[in-house]
Amino acid sequence: MSAVTQDTAVSTGRVARAFIYLLLILFALFYLLPLYVMGVNSLKPLQEITGGNMMALPATWTLEPWRAAWSSAQIGVQPTGLKPYFINSILMVVPAVAISTVLGALNGYILTKWRFRGDTIVYGLMLFSCFIPFQIVLIPMAVVLGKLGLAGTVPGLILVHVVYGLGFTTLYFRNYYAAFPTELVRAAMMDGAGFFRIFWRILLPVSGPIAVVSIIWQFTNIWNDFLFGVSFGGTSQPMTAALNNLVQSSTGVKEYNVHFAAAILAALPTLVVYVVAGRYFVRGLMAGSVKG
Amino acid sequence: MPTPVQADLRTRLQDWLPRLVLAPSFATTLLFVYGFILFTLLLSFTGSRMLPNWTFVGFDNYQRLFGLQHWQIALKNIAIFASLYIAICTALGLLLAIFLDQKIRGEGVLRPIYLYPMALSFIVTGTAWKWFLDPGIGLERVMHLWGWESFTFTWIKSNTMAIYCIVIAAVWQSSGFVMAMFLAGLRGIDNEVLKAAQIDGASNWQLYRRIVIPLLRPAFLSAFVILAHLAIKSYDLVIALTGGGPGRSTEMPATFMYSYTFTRNQMGVGAASAVIMLMTIAAIMVPYLYAELKEKK
Repeated sequence: MSAVTQDTAVSTGRVARAFIYLLLILFALFYLLPLYVMGVNSLKPLQEITGGNMMALPATWTLEPWRAAWSSAQIGVQPTGLKPYFINSILMVVPAVAISTVLGALNGYILTKWRFRGDTIVYGLMLFSCFIPFQIVLIPMAVVLGKLGLAGTVPGLILVHVVYGLGFTTLYFRNYYAAFPTELVRAAMMDGAGFFRIFWRILLPVSGPIAVVSIIWQFTNIWNDFLFGVSFGGTSQPMTAALNNLVQSSTGVKEYNVHFAAAILAALPTLVVYVVAGRYFVRGLMAGSVKG
Repeated sequence: MPTPVQADLRTRLQDWLPRLVLAPSFATTLLFVYGFILFTLLLSFTGSRMLPNWTFVGFDNYQRLFGLQHWQIALKNIAIFASLYIAICTALGLLLAIFLDQKIRGEGVLRPIYLYPMALSFIVTGTAWKWFLDPGIGLERVMHLWGWESFTFTWIKSNTMAIYCIVIAAVWQSSGFVMAMFLAGLRGIDNEVLKAAQIDGASNWQLYRRIVIPLLRPAFLSAFVILAHLAIKSYDLVIALTGGGPGRSTEMPATFMYSYTFTRNQMGVGAASAVIMLMTIAAIMVPYLYAELKEKK
């Protein structure tokens, strides 16, 4: 997106511009508000929240809520903090993102450069799978994971996320490769290069931008998933399920400061990815899913 | 695209290799998506309770489903939520995009601020808004402490208003993303067209209403499809923000399906509700995808 110029033919008067700036800044405050609230209150002792003003900066700064959220808060019945769940999430996200991206790249390559009869139907069926409400697969998935002995395990969650991420990764790579000149691929075929060789030597070296999109998309979606985590996580629940567990727990005092610290911890990986590579993500998303 | 002339250059294996590589992905999709849809569809015609069982009961589950007040509430809520969520996100996204497109200084700072919520999970969004909207510690209390003693904001505790809290949080999360889609659309519009209209004496308002907004049609359509699909799937946000409460007042089809299937042991009814959800999404998505795929050929 940032590659596109800011040029516009529309001109606006002074008063109108002042109004526009005011509105834009007000909305910026609206979007920042929850982050600010989470941030400042995660650094306060509890009595400053229950007895004080949520918008105020801490009078006594403390990192104790963060420490508690990470290593000692009560999640369910165990006072483990979020640490083990963070590890679950990492163990789940990394392989699931890697596998679905590699398969998506191969699928996109085949669907654009090795077309066959019925490939549009194959693609259409995979594409539609991106948009199903996952409620429709919850029951059979529970049955199948149980039969495979994968219920409540990290490998089970990896399988689920790979399966329901394939549509998206295939979509991204297909649209990207569709714009790649097929003549180059044909020329390589003439020279006797095989299927994998063409992929490895010709397509892969130019796949950087779309790989970034696919990886960020999958990472964000899988890290943020709650429905599958809570349904099939069992004893290997991911971060989102643990956070919900912590916040909804009805026993004891509500430790708002710990909840906020935990929420930021759960959001941190995707926020970091977004800050570091968000630009490429939006740019690619526009090219991949909107214009098609 | 292999042609007969090239065929002899490759071995038979090479010919089949692409299809072999694609096969596992396609087979998994067929089984885990379409097979599972069929499974749930069949299940919705059985008397399954805690576990699947295959005694067929015809349309009983659907009849029971639509007789349940609980489901009626869920349908009413999704109608309120989806229409407000889609309308507000679209309006706000368009407004912000148009304003950001006026050679704004600091666009590079503002854009990521509008966009970052989409990187968060709905559980995080729900947690943040849950406490911010809580009258005991959040907005209402802040206003009282700032001296506005008569201020009340107890929507999240109210049977009739809690659904609007979900709208607020969901709009907060998604509107920046819609803004980015419209902004990309705006930046794709040829300036010559606008200049020509200006020479003809069009005002800014006319320019946007008559030329720019009609040109943004594809972005409107994409935004609608994405938002509609997010709305119907909404499960996490409801769980994190209100847990479906107070009482059952913010129950949605997604939370209904989950509780009937897994905690109330009414799997047949749960499956029927999932089928209704799928059919609603399919009614929106299939024509859209069909048009997209057709166009590309």
